[in-house]
Amino acid sequence: MSSQKNIQFSEEAMATVNKIISRYPEGKHKSALLPILHIAQAEFDGWLSPETMDYVASILKIQPVEVYEVASFYSMYNLKPVGKCLLEVCRTSSCWARGADDVVNYIGKKLNIKPGETSKDGMFSLKTVECLGSCGTAPMMQVGASFHENLTPEKIDTILDNYRADGRRRSYTDMDYKNTL
Amino acid sequence: MGKKLLIHNEHVANIHTLEVYKQHGGYASVEKAIKTMTPEAIVEEVKKSGLRGRGGAGFPTGMKWSFLAKPEGVPRYLVCNADESEPGTFKDRYLMEKIPHALVEGMITSSFALGVHTAYIYIRGEYFYVSRILEKAIEEAYAAGLLGKNILGSDYSLDLYVQVGGGAYICGEETALLESLEGKRGNPRIKPPFPAIAGLYGCPTVVNNVETIAAVVPIVMMGGDEYAKIGIGRSTGTKLISASGHINKPGVYEIELGLPVEEFVYSEEYCGGIWKGKKMKACIPGGSSVPIIPAELLLKTAAGEPRLMTYESLSDGGFATGSMLGSGGFMVYDEDTSIPMNLYTLNRFYHHESCGQCSPCREGTGWMEKVAHRLAEGHGKPSDIDLLWDIQKRIEGNTICPLGDAAAWPVASAIRHFRQEFEALIPKKEVAH
Ligand SMILES: Cc1cc2nc3c(=O)[nH]c(=O)nc-3n(C[C@H](O)[C@H](O)[C@H](O)COP(=O)(O)O)c2cc1C
Ligand code: FES
Repeated sequence: MSSQKNIQFSEEAMATVNKIISRYPEGKHKSALLPILHIAQAEFDGWLSPETMDYVASILKIQPVEVYEVASFYSMYNLKPVGKCLLEVCRTSSCWARGADDVVNYIGKKLNIKPGETSKDGMFSLKTVECLGSCGTAPMMQVGASFHENLTPEKIDTILDNYRADGRRRSYTDMDYKNTL
Repeated sequence: MGKKLLIHNEHVANIHTLEVYKQHGGYASVEKAIKTMTPEAIVEEVKKSGLRGRGGAGFPTGMKWSFLAKPEGVPRYLVCNADESEPGTFKDRYLMEKIPHALVEGMITSSFALGVHTAYIYIRGEYFYVSRILEKAIEEAYAAGLLGKNILGSDYSLDLYVQVGGGAYICGEETALLESLEGKRGNPRIKPPFPAIAGLYGCPTVVNNVETIAAVVPIVMMGGDEYAKIGIGRSTGTKLISASGHINKPGVYEIELGLPVEEFVYSEEYCGGIWKGKKMKACIPGGSSVPIIPAELLLKTAAGEPRLMTYESLSDGGFATGSMLGSGGFMVYDEDTSIPMNLYTLNRFYHHESCGQCSPCREGTGWMEKVAHRLAEGHGKPSDIDLLWDIQKRIEGNTICPLGDAAAWPVASAIRHFRQEFEALIPKKEVAH
């Protein structure tokens, strides 16, 4: 996946990018970098390749290194390819106290992967993350834009089945998010 | 039932829409502020209210506002801190998701008071879907003439935007947040200068937490003096508490400051007691950065006074026997909880989140994670407990931003109150040496 085909935002994505840039004062367009990286990640296979980052730099007219240093600082930008559904399981204090380790183990066994790995079919990647602000509905995981809360083995089964049946790549920018509040 | 000022409409159907929000009195503070008050008068009401920052530090909001520099011809900014990444804290998400207009209204009224014409809500990237909800609310507000040019026919104009982050706890620290909003790594700045003088793009800036901004609405409506009557002493008004861990009813609760802690934990109205009929062992009452304390010290101070949900009461006894109200992230642990393992999860968190600028924090947090892990797993050495103590001491106070302190305090308090539990985990043959 290292050399990606034509890196070019769709017309729709480009319109959003321009709208975001217009939120900042004249000359301060670099402020748009974080939101645009999210869009780029969603558009180009769920990760930020060097080519993608260079493309974003060219849009914002900044140096590629300014993009690399930002992309590598924040935890939501994937610098390597990931499965279509990145399962991010929180394991900080409140989630740990209510069974986050069991969730990680259950998913790991079910998909035969460890945290940091991707299932053979490329559908799921597993990642352990830190507090996602969902401690009152622990244990929980985030998949793209959706928060899945109060997880049980049965619930996990259903969630994974649904994602597999749907088959689409999930992104933080998705509009069809699920949440249980 | 305590008074609710922020989420009293939480169960009203469709309260997230402008229409329903307005039917329930929404946006009255914007009307009142713009049509009948001067900006200075609003700042005065906020001062009188005694409102203290709800992001964790508890700094008086009116005072912060009055520090804002106002040089001619230079824009000033209001930035709402919706980064909410302190473990145990999820109240801002609840408020924004349930009643997004409460934040939008607070932003408009506050911006008017501060003479701000461009404002941003910086929200953690993981809350992407919440940013959609906010953007929808903002769109509605523009369409209703509550945002944009000549708000409600006045000569006051304001643009309000949402900016999503990229996943980094440190961006909750206000100067790191501003760096991030400028499209950079979230490295905290050295203060001074404070944001009130040189903040976003080097311009005077106020950074306030979501809940702080939302509280400006009832303060403007009822007046600062009335607001200050709620609560006790310097802990005025209501506070959103995020309750989690081993309780029967985790969730977000709005309390009047001054509520007895015991009532909060055990009454059906709030946490509903400890799950599975177990006993409470310990609690972190104000987000992961504040000291953990044993149940006895949570419910009563060392002097035997009932502990109250106020800034002062929760910190009574200092770090020796008290804790802090912090962000209101109230995490409860039952009698079966391993305090060393819990500490390890927190050490891992701070290690993961250290921005890496200051060596005591960058190196120390990783070291603490490693040592706490082997202790919790039962492979520790007798010297490890003192080692942990020593490392946290060397981090505390030696970093640019308070993340270092935030990483150190959980370690110090866990050892202070639960040393025996750490000792019991050290393999016997090691102890014999
Ligand atoms: C490491 C660190 C993380 C912080 N995280 C947050 C946060 O997520 N939300 C927040 O409102 N304040 C956070 N703060 C506090 C902010 O720096 C700042 O004090 C606050 O936004 C001011 O708003 P307030 O006065 O309304 O509370 C954090 C501080 C530190 C040192
Ligand atoms: S501890 Fe898992 S969401 Fe907060």
